[in-house]
Amino acid sequence: MNDELYQQLTKKSISTKKDNFGKRLSLFALILIGLVVFAILFFVVSRGLSTFTLDQINPFNFVFGTQWNPGKTDEAGNQLVGALPMIVGSFAVTFLSALVATPFAIGTALFVTEVSPKWGNKIMQPVIELLVGIPSVVYGFIGLAVVVPAVRNATGGTGFGIFSGVVVLFVMILPTITSMTIDALRNVPGHMRESAYAIGATPWQTIYKVVLRAAIPGILTAIVFGLARAFGEALAVQMVVGNSPVMPDGLFSPAATLTSVLTQGIGNTTDGSLANDVLWSLAMILLLMSLLFNTIIRRIANRRALK
Amino acid sequence: MAKKTNLEIVDQLVAETDYDRYIIQLSKKHERAIETKDLTVTYDGLKYAMNPATIAFEKNKITSLIGGSGSGKSTFLRSLNRMNDDVATVGGQILYQGVDLNAPEIDVFEVRKRIGMVFQRPNPFAKSIYDNITFALTQRGKYSRVELDEIVETSLKNAALWDQVKDSLDKSALQLSGGQQQRLVIARALALKPDILLLDEPASALDPKSTMQIEETLVNLKNNYSIIIVTHNMQQAARISDYTAFFNMGKLIEYDLTRKIFTRPKVKLTDDYVSGNFG
Ligand SMILES: Nc1ncnc2c1ncn2[C@@H]1O[C@H](COP(=O)(O)OP(=O)(O)OP(=O)(O)O)[C@@H](O)[C@H]1O
Ligand SMILES: [Mg+2]
Repeated sequence: MNDELYQQLTKKSISTKKDNFGKRLSLFALILIGLVVFAILFFVVSRGLSTFTLDQINPFNFVFGTQWNPGKTDEAGNQLVGALPMIVGSFAVTFLSALVATPFAIGTALFVTEVSPKWGNKIMQPVIELLVGIPSVVYGFIGLAVVVPAVRNATGGTGFGIFSGVVVLFVMILPTITSMTIDALRNVPGHMRESAYAIGATPWQTIYKVVLRAAIPGILTAIVFGLARAFGEALAVQMVVGNSPVMPDGLFSPAATLTSVLTQGIGNTTDGSLANDVLWSLAMILLLMSLLFNTIIRRIANRRALK
Repeated sequence: MAKKTNLEIVDQLVAETDYDRYIIQLSKKHERAIETKDLTVTYDGLKYAMNPATIAFEKNKITSLIGGSGSGKSTFLRSLNRMNDDVATVGGQILYQGVDLNAPEIDVFEVRKRIGMVFQRPNPFAKSIYDNITFALTQRGKYSRVELDEIVETSLKNAALWDQVKDSLDKSALQLSGGQQQRLVIARALALKPDILLLDEPASALDPKSTMQIEETLVNLKNNYSIIIVTHNMQQAARISDYTAFFNMGKLIEYDLTRKIFTRPKVKLTDDYVSGNFG
């Protein structure tokens, strides 16, 4: 055995040390993030559960009750802490806005990447990326100044309600979904398009059957981000949704969402009171729902990913 | 009697007690570049993608690895410089100057410095021609601009690319033609001054002229390097290599001087393959 060579080949070279250091560094970052996430989860869940443990509220009544007036009781003496109106409100604005935004986003993204890349790269993309960065309060403000009066004139109601929320959220999440969809489409290797053309596919067939198909996981991720942004958005929605925690009976009557009730209520309740505890419970629902969104869509994305 | 399937033939062959006689043994006077002892590879932990292969490669010679698609040539080649580390489980020994490179304590980065690899598809980095070649060097140590210039020039000359690119070293490597890119990648591997050069079908996507240039390059490099090359091109194997190893279905079937493999192979499978008789 060649001892000198063995020494050279086994002494940990500087690059190996750096490599190990890098590995440890990223592991450390991972653990740190993990801890933070875990701490948040733990904190929110433990506070959120006290509604059901300390205050003895029936979880079923909390999730499915339709009357929201913490601190007050009905004739039978039950606390009025039904969160269903806000849950419905949140889901309604989130899904409706994503439902409307997705086709527009995919259309725009296809235009930018497939139809007119030159124009798209120069003008569309910078504009879209600019829109992603606009603070939500601006969207809310425009909603309040433009959308609400318009809806009021058109329907004769107050103008506040789920519909106005959907319009504002639609404008808000459209750039997010679009710019992520653009990235997803760009990641489809060029040779896939070429091989589709080479077997006589039209551009539309290529886009529809090959490019979009390959980009599905990325597009789904884009939609989740849109959903998450919409679901978690507080300020802009709060400004236009009407903030009335009753079961919405239409798109145009005032309603409330989990986030809007939270932002409104958290400063007006005292720590440890029932009114404060139920807000933590709402936060917990919000958190669990976001987790659920993510898991579901990840599953879909994994299943449909090209292996 | 039912005609035997290829797999049965191969299995029977390898089970023969004197199977070794199909694998040429290098005598003492032939210096060895690298050798394997019962090298096995499995991708799933169950099935051997490479059955125990014992083979010694002579120093300063070119050895071709031939065999049908999926016969395990790349699998074998990639194992030699531990490129299969995170992909597959590699068993057995890889002896390089008496040191077992497959041992866990071996630093794979040091190994790859000594045993360079060129892949089938030209894969230059998205950097200038110059930076492609100096990248690995500057990661590893301090070189003066003069030293780097010199290494770039010699590597490119060795890879027969210098004349075509000497005035545009700052150009992006991605703008080179496929054949030029492949030679750039060879130059990049040479810049590290490896001992052994592994090439996996380096000319399969190239035109005849670029192919010829690369072949010439390899033959010229023989004086300073030991070369192991996977190829599907029988003429190429016959033209440039001193030894040829034939693989079939994850097994090393026959290994001999190229001239013998192409004129008087001992195993019928080899004969069928090199003469293009698949009936
Ligand atoms: N990363 C991998 N994971 C799982 N199986 C693999 C992997 N790479 C190769 N294989 C399998 O190992 C076997 C040998 O493949 P290998 O790539 O070594 O063949 P090859 O002789 O190089 O073929 P070709 O001439 O087509 O390049 C094949 O059956 C292949 O399916
Ligand atoms: Mg191969």
